[in-house]
Amino acid sequence: MKVLIVGAGKTLYFLCRHFKAKGYEVVVINRNPAECVQLARKLSALVICGDGSDAMILKEAGARETDVVFAITPYDQDNLVICQLAAMQFGVPRAIALANDPDNEPIFEKLGVSAFSTTQIVSRLIEERASLEQIITLLPVGQGRVNVTEMVLDLDAPAAGKFLKDIVLPEDALVAVAIRDDRPIVPRGGTQLLAGDRLVLITLPENHDAVIEALMGDRK
Amino acid sequence: MKESLYIVIVGCGRLGSYLANHLSRAGHSVVVIDSNEETFGDLSSDFSGFRVVGDATELAVLREAKLDEADVLLATAREDNVNLMVAQIAGKLFHVAHVLARVFDPRREQIYKQHGIETVCPTSLVAAALIGSVAGGGAVPEEGPP
Repeated sequence: MKVLIVGAGKTLYFLCRHFKAKGYEVVVINRNPAECVQLARKLSALVICGDGSDAMILKEAGARETDVVFAITPYDQDNLVICQLAAMQFGVPRAIALANDPDNEPIFEKLGVSAFSTTQIVSRLIEERASLEQIITLLPVGQGRVNVTEMVLDLDAPAAGKFLKDIVLPEDALVAVAIRDDRPIVPRGGTQLLAGDRLVLITLPENHDAVIEALMGDRK
Repeated sequence: MKESLYIVIVGCGRLGSYLANHLSRAGHSVVVIDSNEETFGDLSSDFSGFRVVGDATELAVLREAKLDEADVLLATAREDNVNLMVAQIAGKLFHVAHVLARVFDPRREQIYKQHGIETVCPTSLVAAALIGSVAGGGAVPEEGPP
């Protein structure tokens, strides 16, 4: 796989290192000549010095044979144009833009560019870690219609010690896996949940809070 | 076309302020957006429109300029990419009827023009005029400068 990354700073460097370690072919576009020299020294990647939103520079970077473009500059307008040029002019199948301003994430999607917001990802993580240490949303599936959540049953959780069949869960929710002593168990009605079990739950956004409450009690 | 249009201008540089003064004098309602308040000093004393200080790539700033009510958006910021982004937001999200983006880079301008974004490229226009004068009114090139 060939990955083209346009950006600067530590995020760029560590992303490149990560992708190189995975065995991908990595090409970098950066505007700062001094930083380009540093990057070329530290990474065994092709480093192009220039403006990534210039079609000539994208061409030089081999955009036509690229599988994925990541535009992660600090400027949203540049990230948008880089991704649009990559798709429109060079037929790059996947172009992903960083939306520095979280408001721009939905806007970029409407303008046909896949986008992500670090602010949103980080703030969601901080809120989760700060509020409920034991409950971690692993990933939203199906465009956010389904949540996969991991949580640890503590001693005073109402579900601890109960058989799964005796726990009343809302409709459309599932305790998919219980991990006990590093061993995964796919629980059935006759499985007893114990304090310390790490549960993987499948929920919907509308019943998520009710499921957590049924298992862990009222946390507020 | 309505007699008085509601026109939003992004960027109050030489071109933006010229357009703002001219269109305001012609009786249109004009709003100028620029992140640098000092640039509003280029507006003439009889400019009767509004000034919005802010970055036009922020949705909140475009909302403050009431872009949803605008008939025309002229994107004349210094950076091509700002103009291309704001023009697309104005056209596709705010459904502004007439949108025009200034793009200095002829290559970029051609690509976006082919994809239905209304653009004007000063570089190509000046090049065409100069080439025309050199060639004594010869053919005007379609593409950007060589």
